[in-house]
Amino acid sequence: MALPTIAFWILAAFTAVSTLFTVLTRNVVHSALGLAASLIGAAALFILFGAQFVGLAQILIYVGAVVILFMFGIMLTGTAVRPVVDNDQRPAAALVALAVFLVLAAGIVSSFGTKKVRFQVAFPTVQLGHQLFTTWVLPFEAVSILLLAALVGAIVLARRD
Amino acid sequence: MYVAAPLLLSAFMFSCGVYGVLARRHGVMLLMAVELLITSANLNLIVFSQLLKNSLGNIIALFIIAVTAAEVGIGIAIVMLLYRQRSTVAVDELHLMKW
Repeated sequence: MALPTIAFWILAAFTAVSTLFTVLTRNVVHSALGLAASLIGAAALFILFGAQFVGLAQILIYVGAVVILFMFGIMLTGTAVRPVVDNDQRPAAALVALAVFLVLAAGIVSSFGTKKVRFQVAFPTVQLGHQLFTTWVLPFEAVSILLLAALVGAIVLARRD
Repeated sequence: MYVAAPLLLSAFMFSCGVYGVLARRHGVMLLMAVELLITSANLNLIVFSQLLKNSLGNIIALFIIAVTAAEVGIGIAIVMLLYRQRSTVAVDELHLMKW
């Protein structure tokens, strides 16, 4: 087996296990740490598939900002000790999740069962930046406004007055 | 390598996220499950970007990451507001508008 394929299977196992841990554990802080591990594994997979900039942005934004925000949410509400984690529809939820996975897997296998992907194209940051500021400059500005609006909205919601 | 392998991993992450959204009642953990859903979609975009040798998937994944950051900010603010007004973060106790 080629080296990228071995790396893929190791990273895929890591990501799958930490994802499962995230949704199954009953401790809120453990769940947040499992989410961080899962997102780091996904970022490593992004880099493996040639998306270096997206992988690093994933680590910076998700692991650096979003998971820390979750930690703030857990700590500031003081709910890490009280068991309000799950509701009483776990079996039904597991059934629905299994059905979703089976449908998706059947679709994937029947559509891409024999198709192969090679790790050969890397998307350099120069190319992405150039596209982002020429073709995609209008959506880029829209996302900037969206982030500003979300910032103002979060302050308005969480402000104590 | 078969392209179905990363796609199946992404489907597995998506199913875990679906389970989390349905089974969790802690507001912050619900948002974590939504993060898993979005990351699985991003993984699909990156894999297809590599398969089709087109950088469009990378661009869209970047936009999704930015929008997700905004979503989490608002979501955590709502959970904080909920905790301050009701002293709970259990989302199934919010049944004021339930018929």
